[in-house]
Amino acid sequence: MTTLTKESGAGAPADSGAFLSVRDLYVRFKTEDGVVKAVDGLSFELERGKTLGIVGESGSGKSVTNLTILGLHNPMFTTVEGEIVLDGQELITARESELEKVRGNKAAMIFQDPLTALSPYYTVGRQIAEPFWKHTGASKKAAWDRAVEMLGKVGIPNPKERAKDYPHQFSGGMRQRAMIAMALVCDPDLLIADEPTTALDVTVQAQILDLLKDLQQEFGSAIIFITHDLGVIADMADDIMVMYAGGAVERGSVNEVLRSPQHPYTWGLLNSMPRLDSDLSTPLAPIPGAPPSLLKPPSGCRFHPRCTFQGEVGGARCVDQLPLLPAGRGGACHLTAEQKQTIFIEQIKPRLR
Amino acid sequence: MLRFLIRRTLGAVVILFLLSIVAFLLFFGMPRDPGLLMCGKTCTPANLANIHHVLGLDKSIPEQYGIFLHNLVLGSNGFTQGPCPAPCFGYSYHTNEQVWGTLMDRLPTTVSLTLGAAVCFLIVGLGTGMLAAWKRGTLVDKTVTAGAMVLSSMQIYFLGPLALAALVYQSHLFSKPAYNDFTANPVSWFTGLIIPWVILSTIFASQYTRMARSSMIEQLQEEHVRTARAKGMSRKYVFFRYAWRGSLIPIVTIFGIDLGSLLGGAIITEYTFGLPGLGKLAVESVFFSDLPLLLGVMLFSAAMILLFNIIVDACYAFIDPRVRLS
Repeated sequence: MTTLTKESGAGAPADSGAFLSVRDLYVRFKTEDGVVKAVDGLSFELERGKTLGIVGESGSGKSVTNLTILGLHNPMFTTVEGEIVLDGQELITARESELEKVRGNKAAMIFQDPLTALSPYYTVGRQIAEPFWKHTGASKKAAWDRAVEMLGKVGIPNPKERAKDYPHQFSGGMRQRAMIAMALVCDPDLLIADEPTTALDVTVQAQILDLLKDLQQEFGSAIIFITHDLGVIADMADDIMVMYAGGAVERGSVNEVLRSPQHPYTWGLLNSMPRLDSDLSTPLAPIPGAPPSLLKPPSGCRFHPRCTFQGEVGGARCVDQLPLLPAGRGGACHLTAEQKQTIFIEQIKPRLR
Repeated sequence: MLRFLIRRTLGAVVILFLLSIVAFLLFFGMPRDPGLLMCGKTCTPANLANIHHVLGLDKSIPEQYGIFLHNLVLGSNGFTQGPCPAPCFGYSYHTNEQVWGTLMDRLPTTVSLTLGAAVCFLIVGLGTGMLAAWKRGTLVDKTVTAGAMVLSSMQIYFLGPLALAALVYQSHLFSKPAYNDFTANPVSWFTGLIIPWVILSTIFASQYTRMARSSMIEQLQEEHVRTARAKGMSRKYVFFRYAWRGSLIPIVTIFGIDLGSLLGGAIITEYTFGLPGLGKLAVESVFFSDLPLLLGVMLFSAAMILLFNIIVDACYAFIDPRVRLS
């Protein structure tokens, strides 16, 4: 089984020169109940200036993957295997002091809940200025001026005064703007946004997304955008990777994945989205069953216990063989391309329109 | 800030007032007659009645309380022993000395004991606790945690005599604990108190070790600490700026309570080492049914605790910008 996943990773060219390349990533947590296989043989790549959307349920390994890229996992309980190369630098084996130079500088992160993710004890300006003086060696005064400039850039009115405020004096949307300012203060080449709009209300959400897009245009950063909101991803991403139980089950461009999805799990995700124009009496269609425990993930295809189309695949392949995710566009499923085509057109598509 | 202080001080005064009433009533609930203690072996009813009259015990309880309160606020010249300026708790039944004067005599001992021990247990307790949190999961952490567990289950009346036996009576390494005036001779002040400090802070430090360790570990798991790491700030910077700042609140809270109650008298420590502080005074006042002294010590201790409560609450505003005093 392990060799199979490894092969799927090996399918990608060895040195494609991608800006970020994650290969055969395994992340395991030791817990009291056993070993949690949080990320299980994941590979992906990202080019400069592009946005990769990662979608999946809670616990599918989205956030863990990205914390691992920056080395923010707890080394005491976590084992990491594989290869993460950012702009030619291998990060898994990198020393802590080297990682510190990458974090906030070359690669920065925006967290989900800006209230808990900002320290209540220091002013917003100081928290934005910190990475700047750390990474550029600028004076505290210069860093403060830079923080004020960044606050202005992310659309905080009267930034000179507001920089002196504490996070609790900011509204939710402003806090997330401050968070974005903090992430962008050193002009990072890679920006990891971990559900940056989940904690915000919808109007603010749209503003934040626009802001991120504008800033990407200006700075040319690559963005990894983690979300479970397919609407947001359609708006933001160039490419999509769908994750399930610690691995990628489908990837492709936004159009490909959203218009002609190749994996039963993606079908389920699209199906379960409520629509404004649907009849109120139509029940929502959630994916049956619950996400698997990563202590003991299902054998074969991780999704098989919840998959409605298992019967279409002959024999017990779904149960004992892990399907490969082809390099580039595709889904990790044992169904043949024709079967997928037929099922999608006959059963899934009518429900989406 | 000023409004906060005024409001809290008024609140403290009300609490002290209520406490004095309770203390007064409790004293007269005791099945002991302080007059009988003073009267001695050749006690006649006439003598006893005379003593009761001199002490004012022949008046009704509300009347006595009224006089007590009056003397406390305004002072009194009605005592046969001499004038008694406010705050007047009267004269001790046992020693015939002015209670306030006695309190002030004993205070330096208690303050010296408390402050010296507080410096020790803060440095040792917070130091080892933070070390354990920094090295979480390692042998250092486990040793510190186990040591703190053992020490926190120790008692002063066990460790104290043990230390005295080993360090003073057997080996003569240290001089016998005693209180010497700091201004007169700082060296003997120090040598006289070193053993009590160490023993008292041993008991307290373990509590601070455990608290500092657990709250640092808790803080290190906070999301804002992770954000600081994600910005590239070093482990040390995050530990001492971000996590430490958040750990201060529980530490300051407990420290305020400890300091307040120690300044009201460390009864067991003072007794174990024979130091004439407020704690020893409190026990003596109970032994001799010495009402004025008892009320004096009790209200003084309570005032210390209340004072440090107010200080702690005021500190919150400096530690956490979200706290607004009003």
